[in-house]
Amino acid sequence: MNSKKVIAMLSILLLVASTAVFAGGQQDAQTMDSAPAKMVEKVEVTGNPASGDLEIFSWWAGDEGPALDALIRVFEKKNPAVNVLNATITGGSGVNAKAVLKTRMLGGDPPESFQVHAGQELIGTWVAAKRMLDLTPLFKAEGWMDVFPKDLVNLIGTKEGIWSVPVNIHRSNVLWYVPENLAKWGIKPPKTWDDIFAAGDKLRAKGIVPLSLATTWTANHLWESVALGVLGADDYDALWAGKISWADPKVVKVWETYGKVLKYTNNDAASLSWQQATDMVVNGQAAFNIMGDWAAGYMSTTLKLEPSVDYGWMASPGTDGNFMFLADSFGAPKGTKNPDATLAWLAACGSREGSDAFNPLKGSISARTDADLSLYNVYSKSAAEDFASNRIVGSLAHGVVANEGFMNDFSTVMEMFLKSRDSQQAANACQAIAIQNGMGK
Amino acid sequence: MATFNSLGKRKDKIISILVLLPSMILVGIFVYGFIGNSIWVSLTDWGRGAGLAEHPVKNFIGLENYRFLFTNFIQGRFRQDLVNAVFYTVFLLVGTLGLGLFLAILLDRPVKREGFYRTVFLYPMALSFIVTGTIWRWLVAPSGGLNLIPKIFGLPKWNFLWVSSRDSILNFNWQNIIQIILIIASFVFAIILIRAIMNREKRVIIKFSIFLGLSLLYVLVLHRLLPPILPMEEAHGFNLATIGILIAAIWQYSGYAMALYMAGLRALPASIRESAMLDGANEFIYYAKIAIPNLRPITLSAVVIMAHISLKMFDLIYAMAGADNGNTGHPSINMYLTTFRANNFARGAAIAVILFIVAAFFIIPYMIHSHKERQGL
Repeated sequence: MNSKKVIAMLSILLLVASTAVFAGGQQDAQTMDSAPAKMVEKVEVTGNPASGDLEIFSWWAGDEGPALDALIRVFEKKNPAVNVLNATITGGSGVNAKAVLKTRMLGGDPPESFQVHAGQELIGTWVAAKRMLDLTPLFKAEGWMDVFPKDLVNLIGTKEGIWSVPVNIHRSNVLWYVPENLAKWGIKPPKTWDDIFAAGDKLRAKGIVPLSLATTWTANHLWESVALGVLGADDYDALWAGKISWADPKVVKVWETYGKVLKYTNNDAASLSWQQATDMVVNGQAAFNIMGDWAAGYMSTTLKLEPSVDYGWMASPGTDGNFMFLADSFGAPKGTKNPDATLAWLAACGSREGSDAFNPLKGSISARTDADLSLYNVYSKSAAEDFASNRIVGSLAHGVVANEGFMNDFSTVMEMFLKSRDSQQAANACQAIAIQNGMGK
Repeated sequence: MATFNSLGKRKDKIISILVLLPSMILVGIFVYGFIGNSIWVSLTDWGRGAGLAEHPVKNFIGLENYRFLFTNFIQGRFRQDLVNAVFYTVFLLVGTLGLGLFLAILLDRPVKREGFYRTVFLYPMALSFIVTGTIWRWLVAPSGGLNLIPKIFGLPKWNFLWVSSRDSILNFNWQNIIQIILIIASFVFAIILIRAIMNREKRVIIKFSIFLGLSLLYVLVLHRLLPPILPMEEAHGFNLATIGILIAAIWQYSGYAMALYMAGLRALPASIRESAMLDGANEFIYYAKIAIPNLRPITLSAVVIMAHISLKMFDLIYAMAGADNGNTGHPSINMYLTTFRANNFARGAAIAVILFIVAAFFIIPYMIHSHKERQGL
């Protein structure tokens, strides 16, 4: 045998051996994982004083950082012995943070508590994986069953338990406009989509975009408002419960209306951020915009506009009396290293003091019905009133009603629809992805 | 004396193996081990239901994920991403190599302050794709940047949507994809065949006649007999929105191609140029007939480098167009979203493996070629 062949065979052997090591290493890790010193499997409200390190994982940096800091200060005042590690990963609606969190959880290094959109986004991913602690004992001990609206508790929990503590509430179905501009153009605030279409033809003639739109996720956001308007709250809920098929004529009608709505939007939408779409309304390039109520924060704080004077709002067409919500919340993963501090943190998140420190700065409203409204601005006060009195439904684009698999595929269907504008095809595709993601029948 | 010599050789060999051992083990685990693991994951159903459980259930399902990607209706996006990747690669190659060669020839001639220009052209490569992407996102914004250029000349401004246009050209039906690939392949085979006939290389003639015959057989006969690969017609093409991305990528990497070509041009002995000039060649003839043919090995390595850069354009597209912009999509972004947003680890792994195979198409011929060259020496 010549020496070249020997070396070649040796190296192949080595490679094979090292892959074997790799496979073996995986097994070792598994056996190590299954026998940790003490795995926290259940929430026990002990009332022990909290101490030690507490790592809070979120995507609240930048504009939202001060709000989180205020909440942490409330917590630190109550628990001076805890050392808070504020781990933030930037990126809108947590695109990057969620991926990092997944690798950390899979790697066996969960933070004590992490931010997550309340609802199916949490339930479909982490609760289904049996990695979250059931917080029902905490909710009972803190008396939260009475201060959070029942619809809300139902949407963020399952039959097995309640999985996270909502720290804020945003509203998704809001139509924004500038009252002065509407008066100038001779248009009344629209109540239905037909009103918008009628006004739209008038505006088009003047060279004004009737409804401003931005990149794909805002198209999803617009879709959910159209869906709620066309279906009504009962059918909308039934759709997510799997009681109505996605191929149902009612749902096809949603896509048809949506296709019509798109005709009244700007054609450079995919290049714009949501802020730029809001800017179009503020600058008078567009008449209306449908966006969550973080737009109010953007207009009041960043653009220094006066609510209800410089900008106005109403429920998106056909959704009056419904409050489509989304919420950021904090949950606790199983295996948290410091359960006492974690519970103390979650208690602070749900407390009146904590939520009233956080929300006025974030531009959202408290999930509690007993918030101190004097701390909030004009827009938030009106939203809080609606939240207390309206029918509450969940948002699709922001993870309340559908799991992450469905949300991801829905974006693909949306891209397809934006190109083809084929309602029946989109409805059928949605039915297919609902089944694939275990949501439909 | 002879025994001493062979003893020394053996000692050398043992030392070389010992020195190589650590890196071979590390590469074995962290490269080949992980590639193997990805391939294994892509053959399972990891990601159904509780994909993120502590001990996720992974059932072996064979090539189901691949079948799904290539035939499912929703995965039309994946197929468009693949088409995009091909166009990204082709245009990035043409753009960077063409521009790079042009710049290299300009700088190869006696230019004042050549070092300055070289730095200017090479500098974009020092930036990361994220930085390039952020800058170019502003430049290709619909209301500013490139669209304002005509205004300088007093013309009305353009309204082209550089990264968000939904138009596409060169559209084809995915059902014909195999036919299209084989027609292109037939052309290549035919060219090689003609050259081989001219050079009277018997083995090559036989080999490529068979290849050409088989592909023509499929294109002309089998395609009509076999069932379509997709139940429905599906249009794919060159999305105009990718032009914006391509401009940024070419801007960033043509300087690098220039540096490669300059090194090649400088390596040609000055005497060649002088004797060519003496024989009456002008500059153009010198470059066209002498310099460029001599740069072939450089072109080859540049093709490999650019091709694999185009398969890793994730960050540029992510920064310029965002993740959900289907028009500029790329399999790598699709892989990231499928894995880390939709939690479908198995399907994400399948996309990664497909990308890996596409990359191998470029790199393996290169490795075979350079291996042959080394043996030839």
